[in-house]
Amino acid sequence: MDKFLTVNADKCTGCRLCELVCSVVHEGSSNPAKSRIQIVKWEDEGRYVPMICQQCEDAPCQSVCPVGAISRDKEFGFLKIAREVCIGCRLCVSICPFGAMNYNGTARSVFKCDLCDGDPQCARFCEVKAIDFVPADAVSSEKKREGAARQAAANRQSLIMAEHV
Amino acid sequence: MALDRKIAYIDLTTGKIEIKSIPLEVRKKFIGGRGLDAYLLYNNAPQGCDPLGPENPLLFSGGLLTATCASATSRTHIMAKSPLTGLLGSTNMGGFFAPEMAWAGFHHLVITGKAEKPVYLWIHNGQIEIRDAANLWGKTTTETQWAIREELGDQEIKSAVIGPAGENLVRYANVMTGIKNAGGRTGMGCVMGSKNLKAVAVRGTLDIKIARPLEALEFNKKFIEQITSAKVNQTQGTLGTPFIWGATNCWGGVRTRNFQFNQMENADEIEPEAIDDIAAETMGPHHMTGCFGCQVHCRAQYKIPSGPYAGKYDEGPEYTSLGAFGSEPDCGSAETVLTANYLSNQYGVDNLEIGSIISWAMELYELGILTSKETDGLDLRFGNSEALLEMIHGICNRKGWLANTLADGGVPAAEKIGKGAFDYLIQVKGMSNLHSDERGTPGLALNIATSSRGSDHLRSRPAIDLYHLPVNVLRKIYSSPIPYGGPLSSEHMEYIGKPWQVFWQENCYMAVDCLGICKYHTVFLGATLPNFEDWPQAIYLNTGLEFTPKEIWEVAERCNNIERLFNLREGLTRRDLVKGDMLNHRYFDEPCRRGAPDIIGARIDREKFDTMVDEFYGHHGWDKEGVPTAETLKRLSLENEPTHLL
Repeated sequence: MDKFLTVNADKCTGCRLCELVCSVVHEGSSNPAKSRIQIVKWEDEGRYVPMICQQCEDAPCQSVCPVGAISRDKEFGFLKIAREVCIGCRLCVSICPFGAMNYNGTARSVFKCDLCDGDPQCARFCEVKAIDFVPADAVSSEKKREGAARQAAANRQSLIMAEHV
Repeated sequence: MALDRKIAYIDLTTGKIEIKSIPLEVRKKFIGGRGLDAYLLYNNAPQGCDPLGPENPLLFSGGLLTATCASATSRTHIMAKSPLTGLLGSTNMGGFFAPEMAWAGFHHLVITGKAEKPVYLWIHNGQIEIRDAANLWGKTTTETQWAIREELGDQEIKSAVIGPAGENLVRYANVMTGIKNAGGRTGMGCVMGSKNLKAVAVRGTLDIKIARPLEALEFNKKFIEQITSAKVNQTQGTLGTPFIWGATNCWGGVRTRNFQFNQMENADEIEPEAIDDIAAETMGPHHMTGCFGCQVHCRAQYKIPSGPYAGKYDEGPEYTSLGAFGSEPDCGSAETVLTANYLSNQYGVDNLEIGSIISWAMELYELGILTSKETDGLDLRFGNSEALLEMIHGICNRKGWLANTLADGGVPAAEKIGKGAFDYLIQVKGMSNLHSDERGTPGLALNIATSSRGSDHLRSRPAIDLYHLPVNVLRKIYSSPIPYGGPLSSEHMEYIGKPWQVFWQENCYMAVDCLGICKYHTVFLGATLPNFEDWPQAIYLNTGLEFTPKEIWEVAERCNNIERLFNLREGLTRRDLVKGDMLNHRYFDEPCRRGAPDIIGARIDREKFDTMVDEFYGHHGWDKEGVPTAETLKRLSLENEPTHLL
């Protein structure tokens, strides 16, 4: 099944519950520094942007790895790190345009999102659905509908105005 | 592990810093957060110490469950002897400060002494540094926070700061974090200012190991579902706490023109839907935000629509802001409320207190007790928005005779003004009441009279009293974990059963304050929300500690009794109008003039009030003067306090 994590930053309330559940699921500890998803905030504007691994088709992390430690999971399509192959050079951390490849200073190894093996907890706990896990053929459905709703509202408004003129 | 978090003792006079572990026996007795702070205050504050002096210990804490899997564990607690009341100073704020402090390795700070020059604390991954704050002094609360991030080169730093109001020792200055999370009550910002402490900055990347991570996650999911399924939380998630103001104003529970009326007219512009419209217009359809971990997201984001601060981003306004700047001064303009809210956030002053004090001054002015001589020509009438805003500026900057006088708090100001001014001050223990008018609701009147920090709705309010729940439902809630066989009433205007309800709520709120959880996630506004039966799981799965519901109740009782002991030691006596469990005479003598048919004419009956307080003390195991008996202290293992276990 081809599914993607999608982000609708408008909806994000900045609560960071996703960061908490991610670090608990993967590390058994509460520690946002070890979360695979991180919320970037502009507090003085009230803007919050969840940053996730985009699981790129042509992934820079995969390309730059000198030992081929990064490959695509056959079942869920996420990019995964083969621990026994990884030499810890951290070129993948430098090259990711989204800052999604991270480094765990305690374990001395890189880490990234693995979609929680098909049941991403961040999406599960996000009540406002700022982050959601959707099928590949539906990644743009919600955005389309939101855009259409704005057009429809404008159309209705202009019809009402026309009636009064 | 949460149990690994440390306590730090910081002496600002000598610069000495001591970091210690928190013994398990202390956790078992006081759990953490506000409860443990109460113990620390009682053990560290010399009797009769000057609240603005170096001996007054200033305490910061997160709860036992801060930053763990227990829904929203965002709360920070701050405690000291209050410069406003001379009794217990205690305040609680949401946001992201306590979790960050926990990731930095700390649950408790005990700050004593006074720095020679302005300083701030920098706490990072187990290390604590005292840094020069010369460049921060004078900045507003948000300017300070952003400046600290710039200076230390980390945008993730969270800070608890004071603004100009705290620097100017306004007795009800607050501590702020983020855009608007405020530790507002009892003047803890004033204590910070008296120590020349501008901010506490924290940043942490240390693990908090969860005892049983996967089970804790599943528990958290169910816990959150229980919390978000409550209708009241769903409404708060869209309209914020203004909806409580709107609902209360409907039937006449909102004090207006200081205390002359109990309902505001011409309030269309500040009704919750009107506020929501402003948020939607200025920030789009998704305009709610919240605290760490919270799925209720109860505060609105907006930009001020007009006026001298048009375009400024702010959050809220809250139920109390609508009261402080709307109904109490009878100013019905959204621009006024939002501007005043913004100013109190920026200056770092308790919006509740400043709004109340100005409204009191407005009544004095209309009565001729204050004249244009004292107001320097300002027409300080009810409804005068410009005057309201000018007084806020004046008080926070201590500019002008009246502003400077009011900045010291209502009771000292009343003494200075004289001419019977004190008679009109709506306060308990020297702290102004919020805008709720309790003349029709005896249970709520009892709550504000007996709350440990002064007139307040967040220590023991049985808010669900307003829902007219059937008695069998009430009994189910209020008989857990300790059976209650006494009388209860569905009627909010009755006196029967309220003492037990207020007692139960007092323990419930103490428990959440020990755990670090938000009160919207317990039986405050919603009757179906988690409480004593649910917390053992949260504690066990996250920390490994085992408590039964009864044991949690007992911890809450113990901590409430320590707060009582502190107040008694600092001079609390039952019937004192300034340091007692007493209400302003207007509650008893002036009947309500507006509102729903059953509210009109309502006032509190003196004798019945007395009987309620007697019964309330009885439930606590206190004598007729409200002093814990020797038997009660023994039962709660408090007979040897202060014990200096920590």
